Formats: sequence, structure tokens, C-alpha cells
Amino acid sequence: MGLGSVRQRRTQVLHLAAFVSLEPTVITLNINGQTHAVDVPADTPLLWVLRDTLGMTGTKFGCGQALCGACTVHVNGAATRACTTPVAAVAGSKITTIEGLSAHSDHPVQRAWLQHDVPQCGYCQSGQIMSAAALLAQNKAPTDTDIDAAMAGNICRCGTYNDIRAAIHTAAGLMRKGG
Amino acid sequence: MNAIPSNPSRREFLQTAAVAGGGLLVGFAMPGRWTEAADAGSAPFQPNAFIRIGTDDSITLIVSMAEMGQGVLTSLPQLLAEDLEADWRRVRVEQAPVDAAYNNPIFGMQGTGGSTSVRAFWDPLRHAGATAREMLITAAATSWGVDRSSCHARDGVVHHASGKKLTYGALAASASKVAVPTDAPLKDPKDFRILGKALPRLDSPGKINGSARFGLDVRMPGLLTAVIARPPAVGAKVTGFDAKRAKAVAGVKHVVQVDGGIAVVADGFWAAKTGRDALDVQWDPGTISGLSSKDIRAAMLERLKTPGLVARTEGDVATASPAATLEAVYEAPYLAHACMEPMNATASVTDAGVEIWAPTQAAGVNRAVIAKITGVAPERVSVTTTLLGGGFGRRFAQDFVIAAVQVSKAVGAPVKVVYTREDDMRGLFYRPASVARLRGGLDGAGKPALLDARVACPSVMQASGMGPPTGLDETAVEGLREWPYATPHVHVEWSQHEPGVGVWFWRSVGNSQNAFFAESFIDELAHAAKQDPFAYRRALLDKHPRHRAVLELAASKAGWGSPLAKGRARGIAVCESFGSFVAEVVEASLRPDGTPQVHRVVCAVDCGMTVNPGIVRRQVQSAVIYGLSAALHGEITLEGGRIQQKNFDDYPVVRIDAAPAIEVHLIASTEKPTGIGEPGTPPIAPALGNALFALTGKRVRRLPFKTQDFAV
Repeated sequence: MGLGSVRQRRTQVLHLAAFVSLEPTVITLNINGQTHAVDVPADTPLLWVLRDTLGMTGTKFGCGQALCGACTVHVNGAATRACTTPVAAVAGSKITTIEGLSAHSDHPVQRAWLQHDVPQCGYCQSGQIMSAAALLAQNKAPTDTDIDAAMAGNICRCGTYNDIRAAIHTAAGLMRKGG
Repeated sequence: MNAIPSNPSRREFLQTAAVAGGGLLVGFAMPGRWTEAADAGSAPFQPNAFIRIGTDDSITLIVSMAEMGQGVLTSLPQLLAEDLEADWRRVRVEQAPVDAAYNNPIFGMQGTGGSTSVRAFWDPLRHAGATAREMLITAAATSWGVDRSSCHARDGVVHHASGKKLTYGALAASASKVAVPTDAPLKDPKDFRILGKALPRLDSPGKINGSARFGLDVRMPGLLTAVIARPPAVGAKVTGFDAKRAKAVAGVKHVVQVDGGIAVVADGFWAAKTGRDALDVQWDPGTISGLSSKDIRAAMLERLKTPGLVARTEGDVATASPAATLEAVYEAPYLAHACMEPMNATASVTDAGVEIWAPTQAAGVNRAVIAKITGVAPERVSVTTTLLGGGFGRRFAQDFVIAAVQVSKAVGAPVKVVYTREDDMRGLFYRPASVARLRGGLDGAGKPALLDARVACPSVMQASGMGPPTGLDETAVEGLREWPYATPHVHVEWSQHEPGVGVWFWRSVGNSQNAFFAESFIDELAHAAKQDPFAYRRALLDKHPRHRAVLELAASKAGWGSPLAKGRARGIAVCESFGSFVAEVVEASLRPDGTPQVHRVVCAVDCGMTVNPGIVRRQVQSAVIYGLSAALHGEITLEGGRIQQKNFDDYPVVRIDAAPAIEVHLIASTEKPTGIGEPGTPPIAPALGNALFALTGKRVRRLPFKTQDFAV
């Protein structure tokens, strides 16, 4: 099917392992507008620095291979799979996680998600919301085809895709009206 | 069955929990209105295990079932709140701890599965709410010195005909002294204001901002993380290991052997996984390590030649002499659940007892199993059920909880055991592979004259230890045995075959493959009779009006028989499972490369009265996507004893770009509610296969459908 390779290309995974060192070193991260200094091996995936080192568990572990999208965060605004992003590669970048998407859980995507009551088990929804927010930051009126292209890297085993699609259109409307 | 203890053991439980944990349970709260199991606190009115009312008018409703997406944190409180006459806007919801008071009445233990939650708790929770309401009314009437028949309750307030009123909070202390009535009347359904409403889910707010706590998110001081080196092939056993290279990884603290393999324990997941990957382990391949899917398939097809246990027999298929016969062999593969949240559990084993935090479908079983294997008294084993990142049956198993307890005990610290996706997919808890031979006969008018079916597959119930150790496993034949179509001679039997690969409950269990066999075969009979597959089925369902009603509704809403765009075709299927009836019409085409594409699925559902039609609609959509992933892609295979799939690249699932539009139509009903988490899954594979047959004339009898199957 070649599904995997297609998804890999669609994700904007940073592969900078070539120059990172395995020795622990202090790395400075800018996450949700705050600076964090972490002392971890440079090749540690950003996901585990967020979850285990910093206790920010909203970003989820699903596959570890950038195949499911549960770990999606924004790096300089772009949807990025944290599970395959070495932490050293994003030192100095602007990282946004689900916890920092909005101050009061009121980003238009979050409001639309509630309006459509999208989550079922909810485990993938942090990643879904981050991918949707990144899409809408670049495309104020996505078509269904645009949504498919931007969201196909995010698996939902509860199958909430119909509601996700509807919620993204609703969120786009909210943003056009000034969010 | 439908009465709960009036003054059950919640307080007693909290005392024992305090002993076990060395402190009171502290529930994890998240935005929205949900918390994990917590201290009952000072709420004075606790008429039963499910309701607490505080003097501040707070109403806490306790949910005994696990939330894995199916909406029990909202639907079960709706059941309580309706007859309690609670103010829904003030309701808070709390996950139950493990306690016999929270047993699932259908299972006789605290466990979530089998699409039972609403049907098991419909009566008990409504009675619990009504009982509390009557006590509050009595307390108000007593304080006013009036006849209680002149009082009524609504939205958390008791009113008197005179206009006087008291809130539930104001009545909480006095209501706690009222004798518990045994005959509190239930509300007439025509007066329902909460039940039957598509109220928003109470757990959604925490699921859109990252604050919802799943099992993997459990944190506590001193917590270590373990990743386990597991047998590389079915039946392989550890013969030795060298921990040196694993211990050289920064952050790795311990390397210990447990039942599941060799656990590498570290201060976080990444160190534990890196250490696990560096570990040297020697394995004895075992006696069944050479298993391959090819051999398993051949053996199962061979097993079809030998008689099995009779699951149903009517008339005499041996002597029936139909005008025409046809015979077909159907096949379904092993399937993984692939929950989004990989398996995990956290345990802390101390001298005081065992504490467990787990995304589990079976807190009651966890307690019993852990007590048995550790020798700790059950009342000193606590289980906190977190949110579950998907369940689908997988989380009824005990492997991940046992592993966490064994590792914690070995290292003397709280430990979270985490399965990688690869560990999870290769975990040997699979929907059984199954094969079936169906022989059908038609009479002179083209109607079914006989159905003679034999299924060969392993036993899920025996594997689970929760069913009889021998005899007929009904899950092996469910979905085929029920063959609802008028047929004078019917015979269904099961020939057990156990290749040795672990099997387990998977969403809709036996129905997931047997409905594919049965609903494809009735389509074959319709074709042989040169009749429309909808009309053919419909004419054979006189004795099954609920089947017929959903079949007709689905066909009608789908525009059955109306023209379609070029290159598209429709297929239909209907199945009863978990007490509910679901018919689905699929509209499908083939992409230029020959892969099937599903454009639209129209579902008609009769699940009795609905507690929350919004949740019902979404559960059916969910079940359709889950079944579609299996029909199009799902297949676990073995070669040399090794599972060949590992992650979502080689075990693909439906993504948004392949998700059809799914419409769900509900039959209005006054019947008691039946299951809804699973019944949407069985019809999708046969409906799709039937659509592709209508499109191509090719009948594919082996799942999953592959690209080459329909190539023209």
C-alpha cells in the first residue's frame, strides 16, 4: 500500500540525528512561551522530554514512529511529530503543545471540538487538534481535500473522522469571524 | 439483579482503601466535571454507592464502568440524574473505586465490556436515583409538617404546593436519616427530561486541552518506568540474559525478570526503552515457535472436515433435498486491537498492600488476580481506573497490570510498565482467525431450503479463563448461529482448533467474523435465486420484525435501488448482536489501482430506548470505522513463530482520507436499551463485500479485502 511512506512525507519530521550527541547536556527549550532548561541526552525525542522531564502529558505517545500523529506539537507553527524529533533539534525553536494552544481552552479549534463533541476516548485528540490548528493557521477555508491532506497523519481508532471534519469547518468559520 | 444495596460499602471501602494506600485516595480532577475515584468527603447524604449530595448542593454521581470512549461518564449519570430529578448543570461525575458495590450486574464482577454498561445499569441506577429522590422529598415534607404527596422534586429542589421549597443541599443532612424506601417509583418515560437527550459529554472539556489523565499520564514522586523485552516468537522462553549493556544506559536503574520477559526499569520511558533495546537476552524458541500463517490456515481448513459441537440444529440438513445447492468457504484473520493508547499500568507494591492505577476495563478482575498472585488480601489491593485510550476488549486482559505489579514488587518502587506500539501489536491478544464452510440450498422458488455451516477457530472464552473450560464456546458461532432467515433446515457447529496463538475479545467478538460469513452467504443465495439482495432478505424476516425494520430503514435512507454514479454500487447487511439490531448499506467503488473505496455508509439501528442519541450515533460511526479498518487492512500474520506486523505502517487502519460519510438512523423504541458499543461493527465487512460483488461480480470470501481481489 505504501501508506507509511506517504504519511511520513506528509509529516514535517525533523531528522537531525546526524549531529546530535548522546551525552547529557543542558538544552534550552521555548515551550508555550516559557523557557525550560533540560539536562537530557540530545537524541531524546521531544515527546519524552515533554512528558517525563517536564510533566506535560497532554502530548501523547501512540506509535513512536511518526505514523499516528498522537504526539503532534507545533514547532515554529508547523505541525511536528514529537516522538521522532530529537530534542536538540528544536532548541531555540518556538514549541507549542496542546497545553499552550490557548490560555483558556478557547482556541477556535477547541471551541469547535466541544461544539461537535468530537472526543470519544480522547487519546488522539490533542494531536488532532494541534494538526487542525496548524492547518487553519495557513488555510482559512480548507476544503475536504485540504483537510484530508493535513489530517491523514492523525489516526483515531474511535473513528471520529466525520466529526473532526465538521469541527474543522466550524473552526474555520469561527476564525473568519474573528475567532 | 436490578436492585443495588441500599446502604452499601462505600464508606467501608474508603476505610480499607486508606489502609491499603497508607492514605486517602486523592482523585485526579480535570476541567469539566469528572474526577477519578476520590475521598467521599463530608457530603452528608450518601444514600447508596452511586450518589453523594453535599450541603452546598453539589451532586456527585459515581460511575462504576470504565470510560473508553463509549460515553459511560455521561450516559450512566443521565440514568441516575433523571429519576433523582437532579439539576444536570450541577452534576459532577466521579469514577468508582474497585468495590463489589460497583459490580456489573450482568457479569457479577466489576468490568466493562460486551456492550453491557447501559443495559446492565438501566434499572439499578434509575432505582438508585428514585430512592434518593423519595428520601429527599420525605425529609422536606417532614420539616414542613406536610403530607409528602403534596411535594414534588425537580432540578435539585423539593417544592411544596404552597410554594415553599428546599434545595437538595439544604435537605442533605436530614435526608440521610430517612429510612431507605424499597418501592420508590420510577418516572414515566413521557416525563423524561434528561434521558433520551443528546446532552454534551461531561468528559469532553478535559479531552480538548490535554488535561484528561489516561493511564500513561499517571505521575507520582519516585515513579519509575519499565519497558519489557518480550518473547520474539510465540512460545519462546527466556533462558538467560546479560544486563550489562542495558545498565550502561544513563537513567536505567534495574533489570529484572518477570513473567512477561525481562524488564528494564529507568527514570523515564526513553531510558527504559533504550536500555531494553540494548539488553542481551537468550531465548529458547519453544515447541511452537515455527508457527506460520500458511500452516495455521491449512490446519484450520483441514479441521473443517471433522465434525464439531452442535450450536444449533433444526430440521434435518442431511436428508433435505433442495432444488439447488451451493457451498462456500469463508476466512477471517487474526486481528490486533491497536488501541491508540498502548497498554500500560502503574503499580506500587508496599508492605501495606498493592495500589494500581490502570486504564483497565476490569478493575474487579484486576483486584482478584493481583490478590491471588501476590497473596495480598483483596481489600488491600486498590485499583484506580484512569481514562482509557481505547479498549475494544483488549483492556479486559490482565497482562499489563500483572507486569506492573511484578516489576514494582521486584524493585521496591512505584513502577509504570509501558508497552511500545510494537510490544502492544505483538502482544498475542488477537481476534481469533476463523474459517467456515457454508452449504446452502434453495427450493424451487429460490427460497433457502437449508443452511449447513461449520466453523473452525480457537476459543476466546477458554483463553480468557472466564468461560467453561470445555464445551461449546458461543462466541465461536455468534453472528452465524442466529441466522434469522426463514430456512426449514439449519445446522451450525463448531470444530475447535487451537494453533497456540493468543486470542482475546475484540470489538463485537465472534460477530465480527461470523456476520461476514452469514451476511455474505445470504447475498450469495439471493444472487443464486436471481433476486435483489435487499428484497430477498426482507421476504425471509417475517419472524424477525426488528431485523426487518432496520433493514427497511437503512435501504430507504440509502435510496436502495436508485441510480448511482458510474462505477459505484451498493451492498447491504444486517446483524443482531448484544441485543441490538443494525443494518448497513455501503456505497463503494474501486480506485484506479483496484483498492476499494467506501463513499457512504447508511446505518439503521434499533437499540431500544436511547439514553443519549448523540453518543449512540457516534458509537455506531466508531464501530463502522473500526470494522472498516479490519475489512480493508486488518491482518496479523506469523512466520517462523514471529508476528510480522509491528506498527501502523504494516498494520494500517482507516484514516480520515478513507473515512466515508456515515449516517446513523435510530428506530424509535420503547424497549429497554441494548448494547451500542459493538453492534455497528459486524455488518460493515459483509455490506462492503456485497457492494463490491455488485460492482465487479467477484465474490471475495477471505478478509481482509486486498487490492488484487477485485482487479478487472
